Amino acid sequence: MLIKLAGARVIDPGNGVNGEIRDIFIRDGRIVTNPGTKPDRIHDLMGKIVMAGAIDMHSHVAGGKVNIARALLPEEHRRVQRPRKNGRRAGTGDSTATTFMTGYRYAEMGYTAALEPAMVPVNARQTHIEMSDVPIIDKGTYVLLGNDDYMLRAIAGNKPQAAINDYVAWILHSTQSLAIKIVNAGGIAAFKFNGRSLDLDEPGPYYGVTPRKILQTVARAVHELGVPHPVHVHGCNLGVPGNYETTLKTISGIEGLPIHLTHIQFHSYGTEGDRKFSSAAAQIAEAINRTKNVSIDVGQIMFCQTVTASGDTMAQYRNRVFAKPKKWVCMDIECEAGCGLVPFKYRDQNFVNALQWAIGLELFLLVDDPWRIFLTTDHPNGAPFIFYPHLIRLLMDKTFRNEMLGRVNKDAAALSSLGSLTREYSLYDIAILTRAGPAKILGLADRGHLGPGAGADITVYTEQEDKERMFSRPDYVFKDGEMVVRDGEIIAETWGGTHVVRPEFDRASIERDLSGYFDRYLGMRMEHFRFSEAELADQNRFRSIVQPCRKSDRS
Amino acid sequence: MAKAGTPEQRDSVVCPFCGLFCDDLSVAISRDRIEVLGKGCALAKELYAAIEPPLPPRVDGRETSLEAACARSAEILAASHFPLVAGLGCDLVGAKAAVSLAESIGAVIDHAASDAMFKNLLPLQDKGWMATTFAEIKNRADLVILAGTDVVSRFPRFFERFVWNTDSLFGPKHPPDIVYLGGGFDTRAGHSPDGKAPTVINCDTLRLAELFQALRAVYRGRTLQAAEVAGASIASLEVLAQKIKGAKYGALVWAVADLEGPHGDLAVQAMCDLVTEINETSRFSCVPLGGSENALGVQQVCTWQEGFPLRTSFAGGVATYDPYLNSWRRLLDSGEADAVLWVSAFKGGSLPFETKVPTIVLGAPGTAFAREPEVFIPVGTPGVDHAGHVIRSDAVTSLPLHQLRPTELPRAADVLRAIDVRAVARKEAL
Repeated sequence: MLIKLAGARVIDPGNGVNGEIRDIFIRDGRIVTNPGTKPDRIHDLMGKIVMAGAIDMHSHVAGGKVNIARALLPEEHRRVQRPRKNGRRAGTGDSTATTFMTGYRYAEMGYTAALEPAMVPVNARQTHIEMSDVPIIDKGTYVLLGNDDYMLRAIAGNKPQAAINDYVAWILHSTQSLAIKIVNAGGIAAFKFNGRSLDLDEPGPYYGVTPRKILQTVARAVHELGVPHPVHVHGCNLGVPGNYETTLKTISGIEGLPIHLTHIQFHSYGTEGDRKFSSAAAQIAEAINRTKNVSIDVGQIMFCQTVTASGDTMAQYRNRVFAKPKKWVCMDIECEAGCGLVPFKYRDQNFVNALQWAIGLELFLLVDDPWRIFLTTDHPNGAPFIFYPHLIRLLMDKTFRNEMLGRVNKDAAALSSLGSLTREYSLYDIAILTRAGPAKILGLADRGHLGPGAGADITVYTEQEDKERMFSRPDYVFKDGEMVVRDGEIIAETWGGTHVVRPEFDRASIERDLSGYFDRYLGMRMEHFRFSEAELADQNRFRSIVQPCRKSDRS
Repeated sequence: MAKAGTPEQRDSVVCPFCGLFCDDLSVAISRDRIEVLGKGCALAKELYAAIEPPLPPRVDGRETSLEAACARSAEILAASHFPLVAGLGCDLVGAKAAVSLAESIGAVIDHAASDAMFKNLLPLQDKGWMATTFAEIKNRADLVILAGTDVVSRFPRFFERFVWNTDSLFGPKHPPDIVYLGGGFDTRAGHSPDGKAPTVINCDTLRLAELFQALRAVYRGRTLQAAEVAGASIASLEVLAQKIKGAKYGALVWAVADLEGPHGDLAVQAMCDLVTEINETSRFSCVPLGGSENALGVQQVCTWQEGFPLRTSFAGGVATYDPYLNSWRRLLDSGEADAVLWVSAFKGGSLPFETKVPTIVLGAPGTAFAREPEVFIPVGTPGVDHAGHVIRSDAVTSLPLHQLRPTELPRAADVLRAIDVRAVARKEAL
């Protein structure tokens, strides 16, 4: 079937198109050049804005820790209810939305992909089985390394980089993942030895390896394997006042290798002022602007009840005292990772929370290159993803932003430079931050743009003065060419794919070593750790989309 | 796959019969029996041997086709005003289909073992906990406290696989100190291979909440007026507190199904509180062992699809969670439920309830009935008759189950989906 989207204003930074009136043609789920034949269906989009479907490149939507958070918070699920309707499944929760709720709500906001950024390797099978209950949107996972015994032992034992690369590739294959994530390098492992903090250049317990060395080694492996997305890093000292210095050292310490620093808002804190808590957004933004091998997402906080879900047990145990409501979970996991869930309420009259909010916005406005900064709330850690339209308005509308600034804690507002920042994002900028940029940094070659060959993930908006309203409720959303949302309502339930990478590596060599390691130490057979797509072939809705790796840099 | 008459050996088989899901068994498979050759515990040997040959479905006691049995099931459920979908002994895909069915017909959903499971879930939802998993225990634990359980009655290979290993990632491993809290246990499994006997602190296991509150006070260095709490001497708790203080990585293990009596959740709460406090200065973790028959897997599916861990009603098309009112046993005993669909695919045996309301059973062929149910659909056993997935009782690791023999038995998931479609169609027609 040939579908024509006629006469829309197209904003497609992936192809350098900024607001030109164009027709878009869709055939078999893909965008095609005008074939010159009569379309089977025409949507008249005169006066509408068309962008590619949005991509949330960092959103904790599934897996063991998310599910513990759901179980932990029945009160939220009682409060936020989506009834079963027209055959669409029921759902509950904001910060810990259920799987069906997650897919429907993303689609209703014009998002067509969300990436789970912290999957524990041994939890991969469950995570994918769970994500196959997330309708409509595409998925993908970043798998955790850098606190796993095997990696730390390999680094401590000076294993050759080639062997480490094989292990990283093996993990990506075995867990059906798109990228590698490091959370508090070495810190989660240190916590299991009763370590309570670990700085970038501090040798960790038992292994004697520094976080810097872990970051360098894994970043190199990811780079040499040709994995498109740079190592995705949750830095040391999350949330600790003064941690901006660690962040700056992390940036310089990676020595030019590509690196993505996630939820950088939580890592941009200074110690100035009476309360020893201040914004270091300017220093961080200056370093980002200067260092082209670094990309970031913000992890903006919003004033709301949410839950923080993280692999960083060391930080989460420290943060337990802030839990609201007063309950929390920390877990050590299988000599490879951990997880911590701490419910949190960000309040606008709280000095620290208000400054965190301002710091996130300062970062958005001070980082120059929209291709290296991505719009996230680190769902649900800074806020649930349903706040994205509000966040977009804050970025696009200076008057609105300043009005909001006027409502937060006065001391925090006075200390922030936010009121003096006049930058306003354009629709083109927003399309970069939420579409073209994420697709590029993740290596999703056929997503995030509207050129011929792209998957027909398309969102159609009516331009409005109030950008929050505009981005809350698209007129239409197409997923792989099928209209799934009309006037803000789900009209069809489709099942997206799962983005993965499968870099080349020496399987025989690494499995010779790993097989005995699993039997002796982990109490699970290696073959049962490996999760294959075939396992889900006949029963679940798992479909891989294999994204190409760059040609290996290894000589 | 086994052919008639020629037993075939399979290695690295994942055993589906307890929450450990041991994945290193060797079995001999022939047309009519599966025999454990290596690594299986007594429970595994018994349950593999107890697998019965396939049976056709029955409606009102008469053999019929699967189609007719599904149609009759749908008719019963569509006519029901208060259906119950419970039991849920099935793999993850079975659980998905069961939750979906419950939502479509407005049923209450619950697991057979939920009385036990909620003794963990209520404290989790009240305060949370600090927990760990088996490989951490295997490599790190230097003190293992077993509260109100011998563990091995429910999880036979726990010590063999995760405690008495001699080498660990962090150097040669000294056998950890083992402490049993309770009385009358068979503690043979808790003797280390080099002959070290465990410590047994005799106490009343119905009063573990008191015991752990007292232990926490002693751990803090408070002086107690009582000479004993819950049958345990304060002196024995002082010794235990010292062991806890000396441990680098301690594990406090309970098997929730062994926490008998009405207030097991309070015992769990007291244990979690102690562990949280110990972590202020050293590392210690709860090991809240969940149930068998994939109870944790089913609980997780219900949680990710609906936001609540079982005991959820879908009357009116919204999910309503009530950990007391929506207990399957209460709903059957009180007569509120007017139809029940029960799933028990892992093992046969008697149903754990008797009821006069219309009953649909999706069970292993060896299921026995005091009263013939309106519909009985024999289904395959996950890990024997078909492949599937389960979640281990330490809640993070999921394992694949393999098909061991060809069978005509349907999967519970497929039957549930077939009933779902037909029940929705009937409800719409009504």
